[in-house]
Amino acid sequence: MIPKRRFDAVIVGGGGAGLRAALQLAEANLKVALISKVFPTRSHTVSAQGGITAALANVSDDNWHWHMYDTVKGSDYLGDQDAIEFMCRNASSAVYELEHMGLPFSRLDNGKIYQRPFGGQSQNYGGAQAIRTCAAADRTGHALLHTLYQRNIAARTQFFDEFFALDLIRDADGYVLGVTAMEIESGEPWVFEARTTLLATGGACRIFRHSTNAHINTGDGLGMVLRAGLPLEDMEFWQFHPTGIPEVGSLITEGVRGEGGFLVNKLGEKFMANYAPNAKDLASRDVVSRAIAQEIRAGRGCGVHGDYVDLKIEHLGTEKIKARLPGIRELSMQFAGADPITDPIPVTPTAHYMMGGIPSNLHGQVVSPAHYGPEEAVPGLYAAGECACVSVHGANRLGGNSLLDLVVFGRAAGMHMIEHLRENPIPRPLPQAEVEKSMARVARWDRKGGTETVAGLRGEMQRVMQDHCGVYRSEELLLAGLEKLTRVAARLPDAAIRDHSKHFNTARLEALELENLLPIARATLVSALARTESRGAHSREDHPQRDDRQWLRHSLYYCQNDQLDYKPVKLKPLTVESFQPKERTY
Amino acid sequence: MNRLRWLCRRGMLELDSWLAPFLETRYADLAPELQGVFARLLDQDDLALFDWFTGASELPDEFRFVVAAIKSTRYPRS
Repeated sequence: MIPKRRFDAVIVGGGGAGLRAALQLAEANLKVALISKVFPTRSHTVSAQGGITAALANVSDDNWHWHMYDTVKGSDYLGDQDAIEFMCRNASSAVYELEHMGLPFSRLDNGKIYQRPFGGQSQNYGGAQAIRTCAAADRTGHALLHTLYQRNIAARTQFFDEFFALDLIRDADGYVLGVTAMEIESGEPWVFEARTTLLATGGACRIFRHSTNAHINTGDGLGMVLRAGLPLEDMEFWQFHPTGIPEVGSLITEGVRGEGGFLVNKLGEKFMANYAPNAKDLASRDVVSRAIAQEIRAGRGCGVHGDYVDLKIEHLGTEKIKARLPGIRELSMQFAGADPITDPIPVTPTAHYMMGGIPSNLHGQVVSPAHYGPEEAVPGLYAAGECACVSVHGANRLGGNSLLDLVVFGRAAGMHMIEHLRENPIPRPLPQAEVEKSMARVARWDRKGGTETVAGLRGEMQRVMQDHCGVYRSEELLLAGLEKLTRVAARLPDAAIRDHSKHFNTARLEALELENLLPIARATLVSALARTESRGAHSREDHPQRDDRQWLRHSLYYCQNDQLDYKPVKLKPLTVESFQPKERTY
Repeated sequence: MNRLRWLCRRGMLELDSWLAPFLETRYADLAPELQGVFARLLDQDDLALFDWFTGASELPDEFRFVVAAIKSTRYPRS
């Protein structure tokens, strides 16, 4: 008999969004389980160093409507303007709330919250640089996680650390009634039954070979949603950071180019002047990423494989490098074997953030096309954070907006879940067959004697995605990629693991993660192939223009038969006038 | 060993890249008391580890040897 526990709400994922939603529920005296595959304060939110954007106007003149304009424009007009208005309007109160919870923001001399300038943020609808991003030194994500975690402990959220969520439990009427999970320590299955379930499982950049994401970012919630027959939205949109260290993925911040570093190809040419004559090496992320990809494709990449370019900073001099960029020097020496005082740092475009995800509305409800329209709520199911597509980031995310997304929509989801629980006080019967289906999926990995390995297939998938669906895309490249990925996925049934023990079986966990990653990779390729335009982070060499007439709409991918569907972008905000699509120039 | 392998999964890519290869290639050769130090290191906070590894803050004496060993593990490009 599988142990079963019943709660009002089960939260899957212990990063910023999951913790924020859990807090809302626990403080309303509801019974909340938060399950996380790693200890919550080791979630990937810890890596968000920059800050959280809110128009507090502590440094420069500012208001939320300017922030909204920047976010709509930054999204290349694919963001839903109702959700963007909601996020930007609620940003200041969300930040003050964190301040009151004890998040140690850095301070200005007058005692107000410190704010710093970030790319893409302007005053007065595209005017001067806005200084809008609130920061706790260079550890805002870390501070956010620890603050929310402590508050959850006080509010008596029940934490199930080192539990791996397996599948959604959904009944014949479409209600989501909880999840199946595995206790990692014992390898035993559990059923978490709840009238509301929130997915807050973060991004999935591990589908790519070069990624800045921690190894835990395997899109587990997205895999669960696809297996439940629900769609994923806008999966063709992934943000690439232009300067990651090859293989490892460690991020070399824009600040290095800000200090005077520049990029060269294998001929020693400062190629950025050919792509962005004015901004050169300080052009926006997507421009620099495309330029590097172009150089690599033209055979001007460095190294044995010609798959990176060089970032040179030695001209800054030993003293300046040691004083201003000690951390970057350390990372370069450790992960690239290059001391930037004498050698260039190898860099390549590296997957950084997933704009697409689980389709949801501004209450955090997961929505999908059903009988009465394109956005019907899936009863009992919610999503928030990077795994959700609300969509506030559209085709391209602005720095500082991801932490904001976590807290605003984590809170909104928590509030709506409270309402749902009030309206649905009686638990529905749990469909036992769904639980058994999930158990059978896991039991499949107990078989012995396969010819394929999990690491082998994962590596091949990551290479296909990097080579065929990275920064640089075309029909030819994507079609070839889809064919290769199909062949890789077809070998999954032949994969086996050697370790069949129960206790902390990491081999089995990696196998289950691969089962989540593969369909996400496929969703990305199929959605990217269909979208015959270039918008934000999705850049098609064979369709270089944005095409609003045909493509001002969201993609919805279902894994059954690779089916694609579309729904309109919500151009109508809640209370203000729409921002009409214009050419996006900076 | 399996438990340690899971504890090497962290919130930051750099920590994953430092800890897991060390565990797989060199941990077994450590003296038992140093293996214990490594396990205690894994109990520390992500940003504390990151700051110690990058030299941004002073490394406690207890971890000096193990951190140096981790940092001297080479990362060959495949």
